[in-house]
Amino acid sequence: MDLTELHGIAERERARRKAIRIHCCTSLGCHASGALELQRRLEAAVEAAGRADTVEVVGVGCIGFCGHGPLVSVEPSGLLFERVTPEQAPDIVAALDGGPCAAQRGDPNHPFFSRQLLVVRRNGGRIDPERIEEYIAAGGYQALYDVLHDQSPAEVIDAITRSGLRGRGGAGYPTGLKWATVAKSKGAPQGAPRKFVVCNGDEGDPGAFMDRSILESDPHLVLEGMSIAAYAVGADQGFLYVRGEYPLAIQRLSKAITQARKHGLLGSQIFDTAFDFKVEIRVGAGAFVCGEETALIASIEGRRGQPRPRPPYPAERGLWGCPTLINNVETFANIAPIISRGADWYAGIGTAKSRGTKVFALAGKIRNTGLIEVPMGITLREIVEELGGGTADGSPVKAVQTGGPSGGCIPASLFDTPVDYESLAAVGSIMGSGGMVVMDDATSMVEIARFYMEFCMDESCGKCVPCRVGTVQMHHLLDRICNGEATPAEIVQLEELCQLVRETSLCGLGQSAPNPVLSTLRYFRDEYEERLRHEALAEEAP
Amino acid sequence: MSAKTLTIDGQMVSAGADESILQAAREAGIRIPTLCHLDGLSEMGACRLCLVEVVGTSKLQPACHTSVAEGMEVRTDTERLRAHRRAIVELIFAERNHVCAVCVASGHCELQNLAAAVGMTHVRYEYLAPSCAVDISHARFGIDHNRCVLCTRCVRACDEVEGVHTWDIAGRGTESRLITDLHVPWGEAASCTSCGKCLLACPTGAIFHRGSTVAELEHEPTRIAAIVAARSERW
Amino acid sequence: MADKLRLATVWLGGCSGCHMSLLDMDEWLIDLAAVADLVYSPIADHKHYPKNVDLVLVEGAVATNEHLELARKVRQRSRLVVALGDCAVTGNVTAMRNPLGAAATVLQQVYITHGDPRGVLPDDPDIVPRLLDTVVPLHATITVDLFLPGCPPSAPAIRALIEALLKGETPPAASRFG
Repeated sequence: MDLTELHGIAERERARRKAIRIHCCTSLGCHASGALELQRRLEAAVEAAGRADTVEVVGVGCIGFCGHGPLVSVEPSGLLFERVTPEQAPDIVAALDGGPCAAQRGDPNHPFFSRQLLVVRRNGGRIDPERIEEYIAAGGYQALYDVLHDQSPAEVIDAITRSGLRGRGGAGYPTGLKWATVAKSKGAPQGAPRKFVVCNGDEGDPGAFMDRSILESDPHLVLEGMSIAAYAVGADQGFLYVRGEYPLAIQRLSKAITQARKHGLLGSQIFDTAFDFKVEIRVGAGAFVCGEETALIASIEGRRGQPRPRPPYPAERGLWGCPTLINNVETFANIAPIISRGADWYAGIGTAKSRGTKVFALAGKIRNTGLIEVPMGITLREIVEELGGGTADGSPVKAVQTGGPSGGCIPASLFDTPVDYESLAAVGSIMGSGGMVVMDDATSMVEIARFYMEFCMDESCGKCVPCRVGTVQMHHLLDRICNGEATPAEIVQLEELCQLVRETSLCGLGQSAPNPVLSTLRYFRDEYEERLRHEALAEEAP
Repeated sequence: MSAKTLTIDGQMVSAGADESILQAAREAGIRIPTLCHLDGLSEMGACRLCLVEVVGTSKLQPACHTSVAEGMEVRTDTERLRAHRRAIVELIFAERNHVCAVCVASGHCELQNLAAAVGMTHVRYEYLAPSCAVDISHARFGIDHNRCVLCTRCVRACDEVEGVHTWDIAGRGTESRLITDLHVPWGEAASCTSCGKCLLACPTGAIFHRGSTVAELEHEPTRIAAIVAARSERW
Repeated sequence: MADKLRLATVWLGGCSGCHMSLLDMDEWLIDLAAVADLVYSPIADHKHYPKNVDLVLVEGAVATNEHLELARKVRQRSRLVVALGDCAVTGNVTAMRNPLGAAATVLQQVYITHGDPRGVLPDDPDIVPRLLDTVVPLHATITVDLFLPGCPPSAPAIRALIEALLKGETPPAASRFG
């Protein structure tokens, strides 16, 4: 594969395309509400209308408005149809010329779409994720070519550093710094020096589906990002760790890897350079803790998925003791755009400390459930009220939970908080991987805290004592509070346990497990106190 | 090998560059409580009892798994650490059914000693009272899961010293259980060499010699006659 | 003598071994009698737990409704409550039935399933106290001021505790469990 061939593929693909493309979302959300059948019916309807010469039906990745699926969009007209049933397929084909249509029309200029800024999701809903040609026609793999031919690994790392990109898995560690550390790491003294690149696709937060959507919608974007990273840090092998609950993502990734290999975009001497890079998929078996990088490494190595103390960090000693770069799916998806459009362009988006965009999964009691990509620094209010449209039934929004079981609940009174790493931390939550669960005034915050604690308790690997037993004890206390059995002293005990588990747990799962409790205690303490047992214990001293 | 100088609890200590804070402290006669640590085995960092404060970092560090550094200032016995250690030991006691009074290890049990050492007077948490199995299918040894603290010292001793890896852990969270081979009764675990290293490594009475438990006590009625004879001669 | 210590001892769900240990203080009991009145104890004949008790040593875990009621009365009427021995402090052997399940399951197991000969379930709440579903240590039901573990705590340990309290000092640190 050389540049001419790459451009040839793109040109052939553009020439092959028909004038009108009916995009039918086949990502998991729409898939589950019958998109495949809809796609077949659309194809049949195009055929029946005798328009197959100018119209094609394309199964595309996630359009984003998941709560309104199955979604169909039309290019170039920009028409959008929501909650389409297979029976409406002929109608949609008939409406291509602007006729009336029984299918529900969506508004492509709705703030849900217009307020977004698409960087990693730019191809979502626009290309067929199962065809590498479409990705290449959208400019794909050009960035990889450019770095392999025109940039030294140090220059690539410098660009990523200057872009200000921070890890999208949740903690927000500067990506360029991580890459530089892996690049400089010499690895274990004995044995062949080898490095690995790992993509963490073990997305497990309740209510989060950003990474799934990216993997399903644009798998090559992630592969290209991993390849660029491998070149930058000097790795020749990559692993994509995807949770087993994402069968469609795994299927599309496998297909993408096969295609990339076939086109010489993975394998040996990529783009006729000395750069070799192979990628294998590893499927997680369902443990949330395997999203923690050291547990993930153990899992890839075939061992029990349990974290180990850091340091040494994986950048120094990771897979099989070798320096390993671990980044999240969304982080890798940002790489090719940064390379193509420049670090300065990327750094111009967002806030001073949180650059670029972030993908969020809007879920819970929100009118517009779905996936959004917004510039950092946007306020929670804009997300919840403008993009999200408030609650479905118009009742007041009470709080939004960010960061999953490691995050916190932010009350509506703080909705003017800008969404960036530091601001969210300051109000007692975290950016997290992008789950955003909206709660209305019928939601009990104590029960929310109990829900997340139950999640952490079930997902604790059992290695360290504070997390293994502490989460059970905290859940027990929350249970008692919810059942109206607890005394004021038990809230004190709960707070002490939060402190203990946070300060003494081995890994991030345990250290952050108290966060939902601490944040709800901070903002909704009255809800805890309302549920306390009121009758005094008959035990006063004589 | 280069040496490092650090301060532990106000005391200047010299340590090898590859030593852990725990090793350096022990050499200096400073006791830091441990449970999952066992000399000669790899470090787990799981019990969290050896957490110490290192000046300059807000996070507590496991002494067993943190290397010494030049000029490091370590505090091993602050009020916060004492409270945490006491709470961790309480959590362990609350997790399974640790009944010292009827335990084979009572009197030489590390958990029992720890409770005294950290000043645990009682357990503030609810006892979980799980239903745990006792496996006495092995000819010489038994395991009572009621007393297991999941320190994995047996797992590591079996794997790293005996080189067999009969032991491992199945399940997760507080449902974690020690297993032998692929979760077969110990007596049927083909890889077990019956070396007994797990028994030596066990800090509590979880792994024990067959015949040493109260329930397995074999009564010898004939001994009564001997006792009676001895008494009648003496009185 | 009005300013003698009003001392009580209570026997909840335990084997009475802690009271045996108490008696093992031997001749010091005579010294104790000079400064303390035993106002309630299973080893003395008192029908009701009196008011204004200065110091009470409670043996045993809370295993029945009767224990629970007595424990609450003890707390109301006593200045200083000491959990005496492992059953009171941890539940100990008395609590070993907890993993078997709730009271009904335990009774079924004991009287029916493994009863030899097969018995009947006791059912006369006025005579036989009702089992609680879970046996709990004393501090899970009332506020406990001091803990003296041991199964049983040794006579010298009990004596050291009482001596310290008589002198108005903080008792020595608790000894070990078991």
